[in-house]
Amino acid sequence: MSQTPDTPRSFQEIILRLQTYWATKGCAVLQPYDMEVGAGTFHPATTLRSLGTQPWAAAYVQPSRRPTDGRYGENPNRLQHYYQYQVLIKPSPPDLQELYLGSLQAIGVDMALHDIRFVEDDWESPTLGAWGLGWEVWCDGMEVSQFTYFQQVGGHDCHPVSGELTYGLERLAMYILGVDHVMDMPFNDPQTAIPLSYGDIFKQTEEEYARWNFDVANTDVLLDQFKEAEAECEKILGLAHEDPKTGKRIIMAHPAYDQCIKASHIFNLLDARGVISVTERQAYIGRVRALAKQCADAFVQTRAGGWQPEDAA
Amino acid sequence: MPDLLIELFSEEIPARMQKRAGEDLQKLVTNGLVEAGLTYASAAAFTTPRRLTLTVEGLLANSPTTREERKGPKADAPEKAIEGFLRGAGLTRDQVETRETPKGNVLFAVIEKPGRPAAEIIAEVLETTIRNFPWPKSMRWGSGALKWVRPLHSILCILSDEAGATLVPMDVDGITSGDTTQGHRFMAPGSFSVVSFEDYTAKLKRSFVVLDPAERAQAIWHDATNAAFASGLEVVEDAGLLAEVAGLVEWPVVLMGKIGNDFLGLPPEVLQTSMKEHQKFFSVRNPKTGRIERFVTVANRETADNGATILAGNEKVLSARLADAKFFWENDLRVAKSDMNVWTQALENVTFHNKLGSQADRINRIAALARELAPVVGADPDMAEEAARLAKADLSSEMVYEFPELQGLMGRYYTEASGRDAAIAAAAQEHYSPLGPSDEVPTAPVSVAVALADKLDTLTGFWAIDEKPTGSKDPFALRRAALGVIRLLLENDIRLHFERMAIEAAHIVYESFESSFNVFIPDGGRKQGVKDSQLVMSGYDRNEVEPHYVTFEKPRNLYLGDDEMAFVGGGEVVPFELKRTKVIVEDLLAFFHDRLKVYLRDQGIRHDIIDACIAMPQNDDLTLLVKRAKALSETLKTDDGENLIQGFKRANNILTQAETQDGVEYSYGADVKFAETEEERALFAALDTAEAEITPAMAEQDFTTAMAAMASLRTPIDAFFEATQINTDNQTVRRNRLNLLSRIRTLCLSVADLTKIDG
Repeated sequence: MSQTPDTPRSFQEIILRLQTYWATKGCAVLQPYDMEVGAGTFHPATTLRSLGTQPWAAAYVQPSRRPTDGRYGENPNRLQHYYQYQVLIKPSPPDLQELYLGSLQAIGVDMALHDIRFVEDDWESPTLGAWGLGWEVWCDGMEVSQFTYFQQVGGHDCHPVSGELTYGLERLAMYILGVDHVMDMPFNDPQTAIPLSYGDIFKQTEEEYARWNFDVANTDVLLDQFKEAEAECEKILGLAHEDPKTGKRIIMAHPAYDQCIKASHIFNLLDARGVISVTERQAYIGRVRALAKQCADAFVQTRAGGWQPEDAA
Repeated sequence: MPDLLIELFSEEIPARMQKRAGEDLQKLVTNGLVEAGLTYASAAAFTTPRRLTLTVEGLLANSPTTREERKGPKADAPEKAIEGFLRGAGLTRDQVETRETPKGNVLFAVIEKPGRPAAEIIAEVLETTIRNFPWPKSMRWGSGALKWVRPLHSILCILSDEAGATLVPMDVDGITSGDTTQGHRFMAPGSFSVVSFEDYTAKLKRSFVVLDPAERAQAIWHDATNAAFASGLEVVEDAGLLAEVAGLVEWPVVLMGKIGNDFLGLPPEVLQTSMKEHQKFFSVRNPKTGRIERFVTVANRETADNGATILAGNEKVLSARLADAKFFWENDLRVAKSDMNVWTQALENVTFHNKLGSQADRINRIAALARELAPVVGADPDMAEEAARLAKADLSSEMVYEFPELQGLMGRYYTEASGRDAAIAAAAQEHYSPLGPSDEVPTAPVSVAVALADKLDTLTGFWAIDEKPTGSKDPFALRRAALGVIRLLLENDIRLHFERMAIEAAHIVYESFESSFNVFIPDGGRKQGVKDSQLVMSGYDRNEVEPHYVTFEKPRNLYLGDDEMAFVGGGEVVPFELKRTKVIVEDLLAFFHDRLKVYLRDQGIRHDIIDACIAMPQNDDLTLLVKRAKALSETLKTDDGENLIQGFKRANNILTQAETQDGVEYSYGADVKFAETEEERALFAALDTAEAEITPAMAEQDFTTAMAAMASLRTPIDAFFEATQINTDNQTVRRNRLNLLSRIRTLCLSVADLTKIDG
């Protein structure tokens, strides 16, 4: 991409500009969720908060893990650990497309020189029981974001509808910074005293995780962990709403959802280890989806999910 | 008479839905208007990624006032009848007239519906249209309940005539109609108002929007071919891609870019597929070499640098894509040249169907069957088997993993690269054919053998596990496979004993069950309760005394002996029954006969004619069956043929009646010496002549000759019935005549079962 004075100089500058932009547009800038997830959508700030009637506006970076995508740091743009930037606004504002285009401008994409297109891409997450309609956004033929209007999450119709934006940060940044291999991308300012590239930080970890993901992770342990997470999730949700200790109504939707996230990640690890056959795959995905649905059912029973004390009457 | 202009302005509409949406908008609105009495002179719909537009010209300004007269009951009819009449007409007693008629005083209602202004009707019709629009997929947005393909932003709806434009006021879930629209998202942001369709299109064009998709497509094609021509190249035609690209842009700008030299050695299909699927690029070919050397991309805007930045970006994205493709191609070629078996071995871990084993199991079956089929289709058995073993190897290749639509074609490239015979390589590509009714049927013997083996294995396998198509459900495309077999046999004139081959295929399926799942659970094992993929295993020898437990990491089938198997996976053991070979083959043949009827019906051959031929021996030779059916169909089109059926049926009816009545079968012994009439003797002679022709012709399977001879019996049979009474008092003569009828029956039935013919 052509360099102009407004062009950011590092990966982190792009992230910081996105944070600032969405903060000025009224989003709560959250921090990443502290668990292993496959995509920013899994953050409860998206999955659970897209449910129910309460308005919501959040933006955050989410480190994401896809064990099967590991390439020992050698592939120019495939990583088992990468970053997504995620924005979720409920109800979706009428000018969401303009807001999104503004964010591209904020990170140095000159609208007068580039060709931005909204190309049909419907989103579906079988593990979350979720779907929506939207586009992949192209900049000069390259996909730079996913843009989705959520219609259903965890088997629940979304009322109101959330607008979700997902930026694949590495790919977008590589394009803006004009870098061909992700590992060569400047992470901090290249003019600084200690310049660090993406590779300085992640090349080694990509190797380590690729080896572990593909060949070492103990599948027996993982299989047990999957079952444990599944059992724990169901146990948590099976408990009475009233906490016997405090006497308060406490539905533990979030702790249960943590177990669902855990099960989902363990499934991804098992998949990378190659011990899940095509037939079993569907069964596992179905089991995670069942958990996600139960968590969604629980969440809409909470205040954050739109439940009011009057509803109990 | 005013003109109507409607524009529904939204966020980007998927390209593939636009054309249909324009048609639906036109149909729904104009139908609604006409139903309400608003006729019009002409209408047209247009679409861009962000708008659906409808223009209707020469619309009535008001719907006409209608007057309807209804006749009611008599004036002195019971109160109830009059009340009902009034309610139906929506009038009161003093609003209806009483008229004298020959039947007395009768009530008449004159219902007058005053005309309504067009705007009122339009608002109603358009709202209904928007609320019920048949999008293939629609969505809600924000807090609203309205559904549209993507968020709907504005409704432009105006009526215009010489005096100017008037707004058609309406409100759909908070979206109020107006007379404004917007130009190009980036090149002319901001809204403007319009007064007519001409004004609208002109202002749009000034705002960098070409309204008509045909005009955009034409401009793209024109500019693309010009750009290519200027470089001595040509654009590879792709109507689907052109329509799609025209639906992605409002202001098309064609840019021709280069493909890096590194990638020019890739097969043209790979370049084309990668560019089209991922980037929606047109391929630009050098007509001299046939190689793809450049691409055309269509941007949605003009820029100060004449698209240089856009083109550079697109070239970069393409390079990354093609670097992947090249990487796959080179890796794949390396494997192909060293040992393609690596790929077939890898297919052991790819499930074909959980009850039918892996792709490798399937390939083994197809190879065995192709070997059996080879002599029948004139192929060398070794070659057919080898071709079958390699035909699906490319499923393991990286290229096919990335571009599944290149399966087969890549197999051909890779098999050629491995140095094998061209016929074997061709089979890798051709064995999938025919895929649809219009797809070409392979003719090379090796390809035919593998194509038949592939389809027969699929059909027999799914029949064995009882997964047949039902109603509209045919998830494994088994009907298509059967039609493929039919066309392969007929179009190559192959004589195949289907039953024998299906039995062979079924045996191969069973052997494959046994060899790949060489464990079985003794009855006791299951009764003791087998849990969680732990199974009693005792190998092949069922008498082995001490069974031991094994754990399976992957789901698999276990052969339980006899006709039983179990599917083990995901912690479950699901026993299921296997169909016996005989049942499979009989049922499958019936299925093929059904498919054949559908296939022949499309060729104008009646189902009863096919039934008449299916009832004959050797009906599992489909090629023979079709020859017979075609000959019969032709015969029945002739006057003699059609009337012969009547004669045959008459003979058959009389005979059957007599046989039932007398309790004997008249099948033998007609003697010309008991003949009393000229016609009777003539029939004897005609039967002798016909028999002398039919018998050898049938032995030669020359149905045309046989059936012509049969049809020649029509005149003597008709004459015989005209002149002769079968049932006479003279029992000898009667018996002789019945036996004569029996000769007609026997002779005709030796050609086809004419009792099955309608009429």
